[in-house]
Amino acid sequence: MNKETVSCSVPHSGSDRVHKSYFDRSRKGEYTVLVPDMLPIHFKLIMAIYKQYGYNMELLETSTRNVIDEGLKNVHNDTCYPALLVIGQFMDALKSGKYDVDHTALLISQTGGGCRASNYIHLLRKALSETYPQVPVLSLNFSGLEKDASIEVGPVIALKLIYAVLYGDMLMLLYNQCKPYEVEEGATDRLLDSWQKKMGRLFTTKRGYMTTAKLYKEMLSDFAALPRKKEKKPRVGIVGEIYVKYSPLANNHLNEFLLSEGCEPNVPGLLDFVLYCASDAINDSKLYDNKDKRTLVYGIGYDVLYKFQKQQIKMIEEHGVFQPPHDFEHLRRCADKYIHQGVKMGEGWLITAEMAALAETGTKNIICTQPFGCLPNHIVAKGSARVIKQAYPEANIVAIDYDPGATKVNQENRIKLMLANAVI
Amino acid sequence: MGKVYDLGIDVGSTTVKTVILEDGKFVYDRYERHFSKVRETVAAQLDIIKGLYPVDKFRIAITGSAGLGIAEACGIPFVQEVFSAFVAVNKTYPKADVVIELGGEDAKIIFLTGGVEQRMNGSCAGGTGAFIDQMAGLLGVTPDEMNDMALRAGKTYPIASRCGVFAKSDIQPLLNQGAKKEDISASIFQAVVDQTVSGLAQGRKIAGQVLFLGGPLTYLSALREAFKKTLSLSEDNAVLPDKSSCYIAFGAALHAHDLGEELTIDEALEKIVNARTSDSIVVGEPLFKDQAEYAAFIDRHKKSDLKYEDIVTYEGDAYLGIDAGSTTTKLVLITPEGRLLYQHYCSNQGQPLDIIAAKLKEIYRLANPRLNIKASAVTGYGEELIKAGLGVDYGIVETVAHYKAAAYFCPEVDFIIDIGGQDIKCFKIKNNAIDSIMLNEACSSGCGSFIQTFAGAMGYDIANFAQLGLFAKAPVELGSRCTVFMNSSVKQAQKDGASVEDISAGLSASIIKNAVYKVIRAKSVDELGKNIVVQGGTFLNDAVLRSFEKELGRNVIRPAIAGLMGALGCALFAKEKSAGELDKSGLITKEGLDDFSYTSRAVQCGGCGAHCNLTVIRFADGHRFTSGNRCEKGAGIKVTDRTENMIEYKYKYIRDLEQIKPRTKPIGRVGLPLALSYYDLMPFFSRLFTDLGFEVVFSEESTRETYYKGQQTIPSDTVCYPAKLAHGHIESLLEKGVDFIFYPCMSYNIDEGGSDNHYNCPVVAYYPELLKANNDKLTPDNFITPYLDLNNKAHVAKAIARSLTKYNITPKMVLPLLNRAYSAQIDFRRDVKAKAQEIIREARKKGQKIIVVAGRPYHIDPEINHGIHKLIASLGFAVITEDSVAGLVQTPALDVLNQWTYHSRMYRAARYVCENEDMQMVQLVSFGCGIDAVTTDEVRAVLEEQGKLYTQLKIDEITNLGAAKIRLRSLAAALEEKEAAAKAARKAPVLQRA
Repeated sequence: MNKETVSCSVPHSGSDRVHKSYFDRSRKGEYTVLVPDMLPIHFKLIMAIYKQYGYNMELLETSTRNVIDEGLKNVHNDTCYPALLVIGQFMDALKSGKYDVDHTALLISQTGGGCRASNYIHLLRKALSETYPQVPVLSLNFSGLEKDASIEVGPVIALKLIYAVLYGDMLMLLYNQCKPYEVEEGATDRLLDSWQKKMGRLFTTKRGYMTTAKLYKEMLSDFAALPRKKEKKPRVGIVGEIYVKYSPLANNHLNEFLLSEGCEPNVPGLLDFVLYCASDAINDSKLYDNKDKRTLVYGIGYDVLYKFQKQQIKMIEEHGVFQPPHDFEHLRRCADKYIHQGVKMGEGWLITAEMAALAETGTKNIICTQPFGCLPNHIVAKGSARVIKQAYPEANIVAIDYDPGATKVNQENRIKLMLANAVI
Repeated sequence: MGKVYDLGIDVGSTTVKTVILEDGKFVYDRYERHFSKVRETVAAQLDIIKGLYPVDKFRIAITGSAGLGIAEACGIPFVQEVFSAFVAVNKTYPKADVVIELGGEDAKIIFLTGGVEQRMNGSCAGGTGAFIDQMAGLLGVTPDEMNDMALRAGKTYPIASRCGVFAKSDIQPLLNQGAKKEDISASIFQAVVDQTVSGLAQGRKIAGQVLFLGGPLTYLSALREAFKKTLSLSEDNAVLPDKSSCYIAFGAALHAHDLGEELTIDEALEKIVNARTSDSIVVGEPLFKDQAEYAAFIDRHKKSDLKYEDIVTYEGDAYLGIDAGSTTTKLVLITPEGRLLYQHYCSNQGQPLDIIAAKLKEIYRLANPRLNIKASAVTGYGEELIKAGLGVDYGIVETVAHYKAAAYFCPEVDFIIDIGGQDIKCFKIKNNAIDSIMLNEACSSGCGSFIQTFAGAMGYDIANFAQLGLFAKAPVELGSRCTVFMNSSVKQAQKDGASVEDISAGLSASIIKNAVYKVIRAKSVDELGKNIVVQGGTFLNDAVLRSFEKELGRNVIRPAIAGLMGALGCALFAKEKSAGELDKSGLITKEGLDDFSYTSRAVQCGGCGAHCNLTVIRFADGHRFTSGNRCEKGAGIKVTDRTENMIEYKYKYIRDLEQIKPRTKPIGRVGLPLALSYYDLMPFFSRLFTDLGFEVVFSEESTRETYYKGQQTIPSDTVCYPAKLAHGHIESLLEKGVDFIFYPCMSYNIDEGGSDNHYNCPVVAYYPELLKANNDKLTPDNFITPYLDLNNKAHVAKAIARSLTKYNITPKMVLPLLNRAYSAQIDFRRDVKAKAQEIIREARKKGQKIIVVAGRPYHIDPEINHGIHKLIASLGFAVITEDSVAGLVQTPALDVLNQWTYHSRMYRAARYVCENEDMQMVQLVSFGCGIDAVTTDEVRAVLEEQGKLYTQLKIDEITNLGAAKIRLRSLAAALEEKEAAAKAARKAPVLQRA
């Protein structure tokens, strides 16, 4: 999962070896669009938005062993784990018999950039080519990639998607800060669920979803009203490669595991990643003196998004009950202490910055998740843990690798070891 | 009324340790292997304790990697094992700085001072007790004997210990080549030390007082010595605590004091015996429904058998085939009609030469005096040695041997899969020739021997263990990635209460899944072809065979002599080849065998910078055999008229750039590390800095030593070897005392056109950031790492000047010099291109075939390519590189995002190969290179679409080229056969017309 900063100079027609089906937008109503399981809270909002535009989407929540086996069968086994899982999950679904394969399309997000993730869509097509040549792949991207095969992202949809990210982040934050302390079991989940439904409805209105101030306030007071225990639990930050960090399928339900171990998970939001992508384009233009029109667009986009974030932080602070997310400009300053903002492949400097910011704001226990052998993370995660520990000697950082062979017991053992030293 | 004690139970991956404390003092301790019967062993230990303390009460805590499951199920408190160690050490050795603990399958380091930090091995079981046991097994000795031998060693060989599988592929050839067991033993311990230092310490220095804990370090003094030596520890600072093997249990007992409720042993036993097991294991279908289905299966496979003939009475010609495999030795003797006179299959115990000599004696003793061995052939790892030592007539590559044998049973065979001791080999047959070969990469080999080791660990012999699985009701689903990882999956299954039967069946299925999806990478069974022959000793195991058939959903042919197919192929080959050529085999005679003896000696070749470790074997009759060499020089052969080798040429070109010196007195000394992207861009940077008035200093030539120099600063042990070497190059430059090191970060490489983008891979792009963060000696002053995009000249001038303000350099000064620097880079490209054409012309004149070695620029480093290019040349090919021809063609149609400059070159080079009939491509892939997971499949697709063979060689720090050699020789053999087939096809129409 990555981002695109430089335009493609060569059209991607592909060879005759791989068959490609293109999605006929005029027939979108006939299709079921399958969505991989990455960020359940956010993706459910996104699905609600597209429903309004005639797309019938379904979130795949399968996590059987067969998902991994299908991945192993259909993707080069040294490919990173997210590709293996996403493609495995799609293949597993297509083979399950649950879907009419002649009327099923697959949605995959695409971001470009110098890491392997930009190739997922191509690997997916290769995997489909033989067994399901009729199944079209839709790319969700904001960079003009795959023009013939993208899902629509007009200005209105794009705006709604941004709101979905904002509300998704807010709900995730509130959920994680309430769930560990809930008095009545399941109360937090029910509240989250009702909010997701409510937001889904609001996205069908003309501007009902735009009143961020009002909605944040309601969310804050709803969650604050949940009866919660007073005890203090160790806060554990989760950073890392974006798919493994968020997807329960990939990280063996890390969030749930931490909750069951009596911790409060602290997962930085998706907006940081979006801002990171935008800021990289701006950084690049400064670093390499190549300002162009796109830089300007990214600059405006960045300012708008950053303002949204500031508003969210301010409202949480004023409300005074919950801990707000990191200010992105602050993250950038954190990064500058330990790594150059020119490191922009994969999650790049953002991972280093998040670790530093977490350590600085009292979340001293940090799990850094990554696919086994993740290339950018050699540099930004394992490579920079040392300098962060030097700066925050009490920081308790553990790097966990995820791959089809790694067993849950080993991963949990490593996390438990970290928790044995957990700093509250 | 009894007393109250504290009881710590440490349930490790292979052992159970119990410690009882009274007021914090040891009163009892015990160390027991559990052979995977975890719960039974714990219960038995408690019974013993009950006998000693019948009326007392205990506060109990459980610890250890396999203890979590039990603890959770029975409700006794669990303490993380590293934490236990931490508590115990704090109590008894408050001054300790570092703890190194090696267990059965775990390796841990605890840093106690300067920021408490605990490290344990992740997904890899390398460098642990299980690894040592496995290696001892390979040498045919006990770990204790291995220890004694190591203490007498004279030298060490480089052995990878990242996982047992890697090490095996290093050790086996050493054994086959006759290296001394003493030296190998010491090398194994050294490998464990290296693994611990680089894999676990990951950049943190191990210094001060070091405590050794755990079984292996307690019982193996040679291992401790190796640690002491490597870490330069004084006698006082290397501490082996009393009861170090039970130390973790001691920690748990200390913990129990605060945690555990007071229980009698009976109460504890009841908890453990009645513990509920979870049902979270995934299970598959049974292999056979019932005995009847099994009987039908056995009957079907009995049909593929050879006829037999009595060696005692048979008169006439006979052909001998020998397969000197990695772990086993196979021999067959057949009549010209293919009747079997003699067969033998055994483990080679690391001494293939002795075993084969003994078996030949037996053949001579049994055989009718009128039996004439007309010809003989040998294949396998030990091929050259056996050929040289015993006068065998022919040596052939394994793939050819196996095809010959398979075709004997099934002439229409179109797919062969052979799973042997530690290799999986698969070949597709098209037009009666081997069309493509798939070998397991270093990371998943060891399949057959894995089951064996595992059976041993569970206290069974292999035959019984496999048999157990046949009627398992619920085979466990284990991982399918790599056998080493399977180990932890098995651990988990055991934790979840799976039976030995279910595990046995699960392991068989895993091996098959591994072969089908990892090695063959098949998407559907139809891809494999219609007529499948399976062979190799592992398929003699009915459970494995059945799993394969079940996975495929169809029946396959397994010859009854599945384990001897290589040998049979050799015998058949000997018969074919000797027709009209030989009357009598040159095989060592009966008398010759009586005097047969040899001595072996290890030496280091001084022929070139590669410093190959040679093993020289001197036979009683005076002739010598050298192994371990990569080129002719090591074997003492003088070769004239060699075609130039592009890789050597490029390497020399780059290294020679250091000779360019500024004309005036230098304004400073800049160090350029010869690593990663510098192998490509050195002409640009060396010219630029020389012109700016600096003296340019390169880092040393890479050797293993270079790697060791930087080892302690490597934070991620799964990064590729070329990146790991960069750490040593930095140290080398620091040693040379340069004023500063210049190492730019480059997201982008030079845009060479024809691609979607021109990135560097993340590791190449940002490695300087990692070096900076992990090497204390680097400061902003002595390590300058600007962000550069070489495609934008004005920016480069500015960025370079900004990074060199200390030397009063301004953009205005840099800008005019840049032209010359870019020219130097263009000259280099042009020169390489021209040289390639020269080599191609020369090769064509001599009738040589040409191999385009496609990799990354840094693959020209001899420590990275381990001399593969010389090996290719020694097989008669001319060698050029991907970058020397990439510019000559357009990018082929691709189905991936073509966005990395170095990779883009490979796609184009693949197309160039397709356009030239006398060319083939060999792709070098560094282990851990994630990007090549994308490129390899695409390069293969481009080549195979045009009927080219695809050969991939995976390389890392392992210097042994055994597997690479098989691949390359198979490639050569396949090309020969293809050519012969094409010739025959060309002749055929002429005949028809006539």
